[in-house]
Amino acid sequence: MIDTAKNTKWIKACSTSDVPESSGACVLLEGEQIAIFNFTTTGKWYATQNLCPHKMQMALSRGMIGDLNSEPKVACPFHKKNFSLNTGECLSGDDYQIKTYEVKVENDLVYVLV
Amino acid sequence: METLKKKIVVIGNGMVGYKFCEKLLSKKGSENFDIYVFGEENRPAYDRVHLSEYFSDGNADKLTMAPFEWYLQNNIHIHLGDPVVHVNRQEKTITSLKGITQSYDKLVFATGSAAFVPPIKGVEKEGIFVYRTIEDLDMMMDYSKKCKKGVVIGGGLLGLEAAKALLDMNIEPHVVEFAPRLMPRQLDEDGGAVLKAKMEALNVGIHLNKSTAYFDGEEAVTSLVFNDDTVLLTDMVVISAGIKPRDELAAKIGLEIGPRGGIKVNNQLATSDKDIFAIGECALHEGMIYGLVAPGYEMADIVASNLLNAEKEFTAFDMSTKLKLIGVDVASFGDCFGTTPDSKTIVLQDKNKGIYKRINITADGKHLLGGILVGDAESYNMLLQTSKNNIVLPPNPEDLILGARGGSEAGGSGVMSLPDEALICSCENVTKGQLCEAIVTNDFTEVGQVMKCTKAGTGCGGCKPMLVDLLKETMKSQGKLVKTELCEHYHYSRQELLDLIKFHKIKTFDALLSQFGHGSGCEVCKPAVASMLASTWNEMVLKPAHAGLQDTNDRFLANIQRGGTYSVVPRIPGGEITADKLIVIGEVAKKYNLYCKITGGQRIDLFGAQVHELPEIWEILINAGFESGHAYAKSLRTVKSCVGSTWCRFGVQDSVAFAIQVEERYRGLRSPHKLKSAVSGCTRECAEAQSKDFGIIATEKGWNLYLCGNGGVKPQHAVLFASDIDTETCLKYIDRFLMFYIRTADPLSRTATWLNKMEGGIEYLKDVIINDCLGIGEELEREMAFMIETYKCEWKEVVENPELRKRFTHFVNTPAPDPVLEFKEERGQKFPNGWGTKI
Ligand code: SRM
Ligand SMILES: Cc1cc2nc3c(=O)[nH]c(=O)nc-3n(C[C@H](O)[C@H](O)[C@H](O)COP(=O)(O)OP(=O)(O)OC[C@H]3O[C@@H](n4cnc5c(N)ncnc54)[C@H](O)[C@@H]3O)c2cc1C
Ligand code: SF4
Ligand code: FES
Repeated sequence: MIDTAKNTKWIKACSTSDVPESSGACVLLEGEQIAIFNFTTTGKWYATQNLCPHKMQMALSRGMIGDLNSEPKVACPFHKKNFSLNTGECLSGDDYQIKTYEVKVENDLVYVLV
Repeated sequence: METLKKKIVVIGNGMVGYKFCEKLLSKKGSENFDIYVFGEENRPAYDRVHLSEYFSDGNADKLTMAPFEWYLQNNIHIHLGDPVVHVNRQEKTITSLKGITQSYDKLVFATGSAAFVPPIKGVEKEGIFVYRTIEDLDMMMDYSKKCKKGVVIGGGLLGLEAAKALLDMNIEPHVVEFAPRLMPRQLDEDGGAVLKAKMEALNVGIHLNKSTAYFDGEEAVTSLVFNDDTVLLTDMVVISAGIKPRDELAAKIGLEIGPRGGIKVNNQLATSDKDIFAIGECALHEGMIYGLVAPGYEMADIVASNLLNAEKEFTAFDMSTKLKLIGVDVASFGDCFGTTPDSKTIVLQDKNKGIYKRINITADGKHLLGGILVGDAESYNMLLQTSKNNIVLPPNPEDLILGARGGSEAGGSGVMSLPDEALICSCENVTKGQLCEAIVTNDFTEVGQVMKCTKAGTGCGGCKPMLVDLLKETMKSQGKLVKTELCEHYHYSRQELLDLIKFHKIKTFDALLSQFGHGSGCEVCKPAVASMLASTWNEMVLKPAHAGLQDTNDRFLANIQRGGTYSVVPRIPGGEITADKLIVIGEVAKKYNLYCKITGGQRIDLFGAQVHELPEIWEILINAGFESGHAYAKSLRTVKSCVGSTWCRFGVQDSVAFAIQVEERYRGLRSPHKLKSAVSGCTRECAEAQSKDFGIIATEKGWNLYLCGNGGVKPQHAVLFASDIDTETCLKYIDRFLMFYIRTADPLSRTATWLNKMEGGIEYLKDVIINDCLGIGEELEREMAFMIETYKCEWKEVVENPELRKRFTHFVNTPAPDPVLEFKEERGQKFPNGWGTKI
């Protein structure tokens, strides 16, 4: 949900071709590392923090994406903890929570609500 | 505002104090209470059990039981950093250090314990620490920067954990124990000896039978002097000699205290004042202080329940333990020393492997009383359950500790034989019945879901393997598990999918998914399918359609390591290398400041490359004639060789030349798991061929071929497959063998596991490969010939392809490298700075 009181704004992150098909890439926006994910088959885009809270690794953008019971998710490349791309909740039974961001694509450009 | 609610004041916000709040809130009727918590420490309760993890990641938040907001959300009045200093029992009020006075209806002491510090002379010196709070750890970590060597006083459970923590801080650890063996309360003499050897192998110095006379040193400690006049030099000391219940406040207000400390409680955990309770490590029940978290949780639950009119009682609690040290399995449970009259003991000792197992059974051999496991505690959970639930033993009880001899399934059916009341997770008090019910009613298919729902496995984590078994078995019993399915996205086994790929000539994951699968895939099916596609069509793994399927290591053609850097391993076939090439490796390492190490596979690994440096590094290596070593791939790694007949006086064939030929033949071959090989020049076997997936040993007449061995997690020797065969036959057999393995093995199963599961075993394999009983011999050879012909060095392709090169950046919107990477220097080389800490 977009919280107008929170003073968020859409920032251009990269072009769609910067994010390989069915995987992720990392952008630096206002000093924050943000992972952007491209679900080629469904045309959906997601963004989360790049930091994996398990061992504090800047790695989620390099993880494999997919779904768990239709919930879109990313698996951290280090120890395969799964995170929901909708809610940021850890789907592997741990109490981690990652930040998720709104994404939109316009004219082959990817924007993130930061 | 005055309310009619009852006021509960909790003194102490440690693990048990927190659990008490959680339990109380979870019960019906809890809205009639106002909860007040006073904690001495500055942060909300955290997980002390996993305190050591703080050393490796420095992340205190991760240990927090519940964040500060949780207390606020649940209307708990919480005061941290403000210990209770007085209690007025007549007026029923408490007073805190900061001067808050609060009345109570019921008061709960959850003040825990402090580390026991023996009154040794010099104990006040700088550099001497205890190991109990996050602040203790902060102080130790700070001080440890100037230390090389550290001593832990106390060789019990906690002491050994402290030693491991020192090791993690790169400090040479020594453990000093007063008793003649380690973990004297849990282990017998032989078990202690095996553990000692194991610890020493981890470079932990063990000093038994030592009592410390005094600590020496000016201001800071520099050595320990023992009563036998020997001296142990050290830079720091961690005292782990036991615990002392925090009963000082209780004593001051006149509650009854045990002769050796601890607040006396009855079965309802009430102290000598009926409105005051004590739970956790400060409570003395029947002369016993329980220094473990599970009994503390149980106490918390009992008091919380009884406040709401339940009638629960605390009875003696099981003190079984499993040490969570990495690299050493130790467990002890039940009557571990066999003190029950007429009990019988069965011991299994394997000095070679460092395994000691002991079980004590009743005189009639029907029941398990307790036992000790060192070196291999895999069966701990099952044994514990067997003894706790009084399950009747099989006619040969020794089978319980001999382990699964021919498959790992043995544990599985075992779980189901437990009664429903069997406590599977003792930290969270979850029974088998509750778990099964949760699995069935919620249709759970993953352990994560079970853990989340029941909380089982979220404490010490020791019961996780049992949860997995239980889940599998429960699903099976409902006829739900079709375990050969690759994952939720494909209702096919790997073998079926491979057939589909070949038959329908499917070349991409998306095509396979849209025709034969559903959803978007996951980290299980993507790399598995990527591997099948690669070993069928041999297309470049980083082609856009394939890149996103690859596990991180394949996606960047390098192994990801701590901190997010990568390693570079050029192929050095057979371990043979020219001086010029060595120089190039040296130059590259110097230019990019890479850590260099000779690997166990006869080649050189360069660690610490950042993602954007990889293509540049490989460009230099490729120009010098190197190619990818596929150290990152599930494919052929190395073919080790010994010097062989060209130099060695015993050699009977040229093992180096053959090793190079074999390595070049199968390089880059994608397979269900990695493949390793070796060629030895004679039976002395210096190349260790019998520990490889396929190994070759020279004979006077030709070669002996050994198949399906491995080192690693579960070592297994390769089996002699054919003797005295010529080079051509040898390669033909290997071609067929590898292709047959690729066709039929489960994802991520090594050749040994594959053979172990194969019906008919090695004889059947011989039938397929030598006698061609399936009539597929030539087809397998053809498929292999295709793979050999189409081999290309992936790194060469990346280096030469600007589109692919572009993918090797940390950010896609700026060329900047990852700003959080941190390195330090050690032994003259670069090292990563542990796991990340920065947010
Ligand atoms: C570098 C090296 C250790 C060393 O410093 O010597 C090494 C390093 C790693 N090994 Fe190994 N293994 C190395 C030789 C071995 C050996 C010994 C050998 O090959 O002679 C073994 C036991 C023999 C065997 O495999 O049969 C070995 C058994 C493993 C295993 C357990 C495999 C098993 O089936 O049980 C793993 C885990 C896995 O593959 O899933 C593993 C995994 C790893 C990984 C890939 C873990 C990871 O994902 O980060 C390490 C990556 C290092 C890197 O970044 O490059 N490594 N590893 C050795 C590289 C050899 C080479 O030149 O390619
Ligand atoms: C390194 C380490 C490893 C461990 N490993 C294991 C393990 O593997 N398995 C296991 O079962 N157990 C383990 N334990 C033991 C386990 O942590 C304890 O059993 C558990 O923490 C006890 O909880 P508690 O709430 O009773 O005490 P604590 O967690 O000590 O909490 C008591 C709290 O009360 C506070 N307090 C004291 N007096 C006052 C006062 N007057 N006013 C306000 N606050 C006060 C203290 O500051 C403290 O914060 C380990 C302990 C340590 C230190
Ligand atoms: S044994 Fe292998 S996997 Fe384990 S730490 Fe050493 S290199 Fe890494
Ligand atoms: S660092 Fe992400 S799962 Fe461990």
